[in-house]
Amino acid sequence: MNAITSAKQEQVNVTTKASLSQIELTETVGNIYADDAKMSIRNANVYYGDKQAIDNISLDLAKNQVTALIGPSGCGKSTFLRCLNRMNDTIDICKITGQFTLDDEDIYAKSLDPVLLRARVGMVFQKPNPFPKSIYENVAYGARIHGLINNKAELDEIVETSLQKAGLFNEVKDRLNDPGTGLSGGQQQRLCIARTIAVSPEVILMDEPASALDPIATAIIEELIDELKEKYTIAIVTHSMQQAARVSQHTAYFHMGKLVEMGKTEDIFTRPSHKLTENYITGRFG
Amino acid sequence: MTTPKETNTPSGFTSKLHLDKHISRRFNEELEQVRNLVMNMGALVEQQVNDGLRAVLNADEKLAAKVIERDREVNTMELEIDEYCTQILARRQPAASDLRLIVSVIKSITDLERMGDEAVKFGKNAIKLAKGSFAEEEGARPLIELKHLGNHVSSTLNRALTAYAQMDVAEALEIIKDDSIIDEEFDNISRLLVTKMMENPREIKNALRVTWCARALERIGDHTTNLCEYIVYLVEGKDVRHSSIEQIKASISK
Repeated sequence: MNAITSAKQEQVNVTTKASLSQIELTETVGNIYADDAKMSIRNANVYYGDKQAIDNISLDLAKNQVTALIGPSGCGKSTFLRCLNRMNDTIDICKITGQFTLDDEDIYAKSLDPVLLRARVGMVFQKPNPFPKSIYENVAYGARIHGLINNKAELDEIVETSLQKAGLFNEVKDRLNDPGTGLSGGQQQRLCIARTIAVSPEVILMDEPASALDPIATAIIEELIDELKEKYTIAIVTHSMQQAARVSQHTAYFHMGKLVEMGKTEDIFTRPSHKLTENYITGRFG
Repeated sequence: MTTPKETNTPSGFTSKLHLDKHISRRFNEELEQVRNLVMNMGALVEQQVNDGLRAVLNADEKLAAKVIERDREVNTMELEIDEYCTQILARRQPAASDLRLIVSVIKSITDLERMGDEAVKFGKNAIKLAKGSFAEEEGARPLIELKHLGNHVSSTLNRALTAYAQMDVAEALEIIKDDSIIDEEFDNISRLLVTKMMENPREIKNALRVTWCARALERIGDHTTNLCEYIVYLVEGKDVRHSSIEQIKASISK
């Protein structure tokens, strides 16, 4: 019997939210500040109608580094990530307070165009979502609508370099006009990353980018994240603790809408300070 | 044989590390099993050290042979625990305190195995001493000193294993501090033996054998200190090797 099936067949103790909440949440422990912050968030609160999804979270995203956001389902990590490029604007009942800055600029300022913001702060989703167009068009689309190019030659170059940076070019160079949806899952995800890169973002947000991929495609994406951080600041939401440990330099642990602990990844996974963090990453209940 | 009382109760070790609190019950059992294996190995090594010492002091050839023979069991246990830890690393990818537990176990059993090797040295020297006459020499002061050092080292090892079972950092620190006393006693016995050798060159061979035994005890003391350092690492997450006792206390209180 292999490890996976035996793990599945194990009896699983039932854990309830009540048992987790018995440990009192106070201030965030660890260090939320970065020496060289690309984005800074202070006292963020997010409400969906009456329900508070994010409770007074402050943290920095360090420039050219990878910050992993981890925590159980419903802890608010994806909601938080979506605030960073105003993806929550489209939800009517969503109310956001607090300060969100990108290079000291308020991203919720009235004068700021959210479409331009989303070019600077790109996003990659859990399920690869290429447009039902050719591979070339998938990558070219953003550059074209943002008016980043003057002629076809420039566009060709952007498409090629973006695909190269996403580690996909060699696999698709002979079939750029084939539909993007015909690629494998891992290739589609890299196509989405290429599409994000094509508009020259400064920050890339990734919401479980590898959770729908097999281990090899996952390893390729993780390798890519490691290379991308040279040019971009990256925040990644992941349910895989090992992935967070592998790819990130900073880790933030979310729990029931609060930021429990943030620190260097090397510390969080060997000697976390907060009991809740310890319980989560070691698979313990309350 | 003096076995730490707490070995088979869930207090101390299990409760302090919350080993019984994983969502996966099987993982709880695996970690509990690792812990039991280490405590069993510790008990066996302690017995080896005590028996080896007794063999030397009583010139008991039979017991000495038994100690040498039983070292195989110690070695087998080391291999078994190593394999068990490798399996847990591969299949569970432990983190935080679970990871520190596995790392400290892997390190601890190396020290325990080496202590076992030192016990074998007693055995070998005991056989040779029994064949010589030194043991029966009237007023064999070196052996009395060796007994004294041996009892000290043995009780320190027992305390360390109990501290391991209870995850008792305060006691671990006390033991680390006490290692300098063992070193001093070793120096005393060495001086005494050098004097003996100068007085009576015909006894050099036997005096050297006692020196080697004393040296083995001193090494066991060092390995015991290592065990205590792993206790601190396991509980506090601080690596305190190669630090003075003051530095260790300062880093823990941070």
